[in-house]
Amino acid sequence: MARHFDSELKGLKDGLLSMAGMAERMIDLTRRALLERNSALVDEVNVLDEKLDEMELRLDQLCIDLLALRAPIAADLRLIASAIKIIPEVERIGDHCGNICRRAKMLNDQPPILNGDYLERLASETQGMVRRAVDAFVTSDASLARAVISDDDKVDNLYQAIYRELLKLMLSDPLCIERASHLILVIKNWERIADQATNIAEEVLFILEGRSAKHTYLQERN
Amino acid sequence: MDPETHLPLPEPVVLGGGRDEALPAVQPLEGKPASLPLTDTAALVAPPALEVERLNLWYGAKQALFDIDLQVRKNTVMSLIGPSGCGKSTLLRSLNRMNDLVDSVRIEGSVRLGSEDLYAPGVDVIELRKRMGMVFQKSNPFPKSIFENVAYGLRVQGEKDRLTLEEAVETSLKGAGLWEEVKDRLKESALGLSGGQQQRLCIARALAVRPEVLLMDEPCSALDPIATARVEELIFELKKEFTIVIVTHSMQQAARVSDFTAFFWLGKVVETDLTEKIFTNPTNRMTEDYITGRFG
Repeated sequence: MARHFDSELKGLKDGLLSMAGMAERMIDLTRRALLERNSALVDEVNVLDEKLDEMELRLDQLCIDLLALRAPIAADLRLIASAIKIIPEVERIGDHCGNICRRAKMLNDQPPILNGDYLERLASETQGMVRRAVDAFVTSDASLARAVISDDDKVDNLYQAIYRELLKLMLSDPLCIERASHLILVIKNWERIADQATNIAEEVLFILEGRSAKHTYLQERN
Repeated sequence: MDPETHLPLPEPVVLGGGRDEALPAVQPLEGKPASLPLTDTAALVAPPALEVERLNLWYGAKQALFDIDLQVRKNTVMSLIGPSGCGKSTLLRSLNRMNDLVDSVRIEGSVRLGSEDLYAPGVDVIELRKRMGMVFQKSNPFPKSIFENVAYGLRVQGEKDRLTLEEAVETSLKGAGLWEEVKDRLKESALGLSGGQQQRLCIARALAVRPEVLLMDEPCSALDPIATARVEELIFELKKEFTIVIVTHSMQQAARVSDFTAFFWLGKVVETDLTEKIFTNPTNRMTEDYITGRFG
């Protein structure tokens, strides 16, 4: 039996996908602004960030309305409860892109201090995680969601490696401390975007399987 | 880790101290399984009050219940849900042998209340029904005073002592959450009460004979939201003393009041589980489709 509620849930899913699409576009622009040293792209990121904020407010309201008026249960409830958690994750991705762009603008005006390969690898791993997390949501693919969660270690290791490089640079040449400080925050923002992708993947698993995929070490301990 | 994407790690640069090892370990929450925060833990370990085993029931040639296995734990609420005609009320009426009153009915299997098999030969059905109170969809007060309605069951049992009757009426009306509203007009006709009050009066009447189990057949379907909320609060209170089986068509009511839920379809139990589990992550696809309104 087709339900009116199904079309409302589809509206929520479409809204989430639209947000995620915007976030992916922002990630792409941010990556290019940083790696191609193209500050002209920053403005577009800022415009998209505002749109993402608007979408967040709209979808938050939709979720509250669906909870209040449709009293969802079972899979419907899990979708809405998880959407409430996924929406701010996607919005945060936009914020991190904005932060990276702000620092990219400053860095682009000065000579580079770090091998571009490092940032390229971090950005591309992170971008891939976000894309796969969104794909897992769209295609209801639990194994893809699990792969995203395990990929987070890869990004964490990259972050650690670059962080150490930057510390070494700062210790060896005090003149690059300011740029290195900006870059530390830039890589932290990339690393946080990967965390956001992980959180989204965990919510996808909850929607599909009805069990929390967070803090699995606690379940293992019990 | 993928060696393709892993950068050669430089030696770590240690700045300052590491993690504070003196931090106390976080203690896990005790009492409830973390995955079921709203489930009454006592319900999980309560002994069975009522056990139905391989119950089959026919109305003439037509089979209405098929191999029902169900266990209702003591001091818990079990909701029976399912579409109309799926056998919920038939099962409820089998629990206190009300189906005996239907001529063409034939029943196989067993229903045990405590250690007693209700369908064993020689069971005193009247005595049995004292142990199982029943509340119906439509409130059915007798055309008598409020007091006499509640005292009725005890009088039938032969109780004549005025003081005993008064005490029982007061306790039962208090138990049904009606005492404060009617204590000054116990001699007035019960038919003058509102619909919600009449239904609580029927609950008080059922409580007066101190049953072990309370069977409720859609007790709120004719009540407004306020009266419904009162009865639901009452169910929550009553389960401290009684075991309750409730048939309901309201998914939200089942979700609100019961510890366990059984989903019926075409005379069979499709799924029984903790209510919290049924309403967040049911195992059976049919249960999911029914409770989310996709059935049919």
